[in-house]
Amino acid sequence: MGTEIAHAVAAGILGGGVYALMAAGLTLIFGVLDIINVAQGILVVLGGYLSYVLSVHLHLDLLLGLLITVPAMFVVGVAIYWLFIRPLRGAERTSMTLLACFAVALIIEGVLYRAFGSQYVSLSAWYTQSSVRIFGFYLSDIYLIGFGLAVVAIAALYLILYRTKFGRAVRATMQNQAAARLIGIDVNRVAAVTFGIGTAMTAVGGMVFGATSGGFNPNSGYDLISRLLAIIILAGMGSIGGALVAAVFMTTAESIVDIWQPNWSVAVFYLALVIILTFRPTGLFGRRAVRAQ
Amino acid sequence: MTERLGTEAAPAATIVQTGTGPALGLHRGTLRVAGVVALAALGAVFPLVFTNPTATNFGVITLIFVAVASAWNLFSGYSGYLSLGHAIFYGSGAYFLCVTAKSWHLTGNAVFWLVPLGGVVAAVIAVPVGLVALRVRRHTFVVITIAFFFIAQLSASNLGITGGSSGILVPVPGNWDPATYNNPFYYLALVLATATVALSWQVRRSRFGLQLRAIRDDEDRAEGLGVRAMPVKLTALVVSAFITGMAGALWVFFIGEAFPQFVFDPLFDLAIVLMAFLGGLGTVAGPVLGALILEPTQLWLGLQQSNSYEFEIVFGALFLIVILFLPRGALPTGSEYITKWRARWRESHGDAP
Repeated sequence: MGTEIAHAVAAGILGGGVYALMAAGLTLIFGVLDIINVAQGILVVLGGYLSYVLSVHLHLDLLLGLLITVPAMFVVGVAIYWLFIRPLRGAERTSMTLLACFAVALIIEGVLYRAFGSQYVSLSAWYTQSSVRIFGFYLSDIYLIGFGLAVVAIAALYLILYRTKFGRAVRATMQNQAAARLIGIDVNRVAAVTFGIGTAMTAVGGMVFGATSGGFNPNSGYDLISRLLAIIILAGMGSIGGALVAAVFMTTAESIVDIWQPNWSVAVFYLALVIILTFRPTGLFGRRAVRAQ
Repeated sequence: MTERLGTEAAPAATIVQTGTGPALGLHRGTLRVAGVVALAALGAVFPLVFTNPTATNFGVITLIFVAVASAWNLFSGYSGYLSLGHAIFYGSGAYFLCVTAKSWHLTGNAVFWLVPLGGVVAAVIAVPVGLVALRVRRHTFVVITIAFFFIAQLSASNLGITGGSSGILVPVPGNWDPATYNNPFYYLALVLATATVALSWQVRRSRFGLQLRAIRDDEDRAEGLGVRAMPVKLTALVVSAFITGMAGALWVFFIGEAFPQFVFDPLFDLAIVLMAFLGGLGTVAGPVLGALILEPTQLWLGLQQSNSYEFEIVFGALFLIVILFLPRGALPTGSEYITKWRARWRESHGDAP
């Protein structure tokens, strides 16, 4: 029992890295643009399918394929922002953008069904089958690689946000959009690039998800987005560091419950969310009250 | 308060005033009453004229969606709290009917008595959902309704009582004439839809409706003016859930079977939101118009092709078009155009008739 739990914790932490990555993109978009990109789930699936096409049809290694899929998803994100989000104005903008993202998600899902059908596919490379022995139990290589990729991508995100001029513009926009505009920041450009970066995260997330989940199809987007939304609310909307903690907490809790109750392990995500919101509506690390938004 | 993208042009009041003068208002009022009476008469004679079961089948489903879209609008359209989780109430009403009819061995007409009880069950479920979700606003509220929706879907697939993913059957009234089989469902759906629209109209012109719309425009200010926001919001949600639950129960009895992925369908949530948006969010006639346009289209598309993904693409594209070009819905945008056009016509022709 003890080793089972230890193994579940290790698997939960490693798996949490990938969710943290996807959730970081989502919460970054929320923090800067005040938009909940409910298409994030299906974009992860799209990223997975891009990796799938590259590895099956072009025989490109999954990790090398990221060099193509990450910029591709960045472009997809900027395009979605420019075409469907930017034109929305007015009092109802908040809810409109959410619905627009949902509509985009539906279209992508329909296109993916048309292109790939509903059968499950999974990504494979030599490192998805092998495993290493660490501290007495076996961990699949791809989990370690995925966790490493997540750490690298999140570190890159932090470097961009805190060490570059663009990052300063992003953080200024997060704090106060009107003031950012006044000091000469092109808020629209910052928003478009941020949406692109948040979406580019799904390319990495999709590759790791496709290699670790044991198969995905166009319908997998719903499961993903519901988990991601639970993570960012639990963390407190807009808090990137909080999203990391919440993601790891949730996947670990899920994988521990999974030992006894495999059918209900996903429910832990939502149950934790409801309990925490009842006592703390701002989420765990929310900087501003959710009520005041 | 942080400034946000594009809120500079936010209008303070979002209630569209269409009447321009007392004389014109009276004329318009008569027209409106005539229109409502004509629509109701059309609804009543529809199954007598179109006896084809496919047509009445379309009629039943469309009327159920008229009721659900109006009920959704009664809460979300008036209060501004967009719920993407109404399938919770629809589905719990539906599952209540299936499970109870099965375990009490009810068949035929007796099952219809479970329809209002399905509404009560949904309303009871709405209380804890509302108490948690209505503590937060805007985006977070939307996201929490989505989270609750997934909890409901997960429970339906995993609980033994719902039959899990293998589904559950409703005892079908076997001795009914197939030619008029749809008619009892049709008239019940018509009653439900008419009652919901009437209620929506009454709420809109009541003190309660004003409180809801005050919450939509500025909740803090409304509270400052003495609106007890939480009870008002919760009441609207519970009423909305009650109607949605009845509609779900009636629907599942009509369909005859329940599977978790169809009873708790994310597309259902989006469909009713799109109906309300298409017709005009927060208006009485908007959701009715939206449902009358969208639901038959959806059913017709379903008959044309068996692939649901074609429909998803069409649906998503339609949604984007509505959001980008008719953001306040067909009715308000349309009446705005007419008012503008009239003003221009008057300017160019002077006041003389």
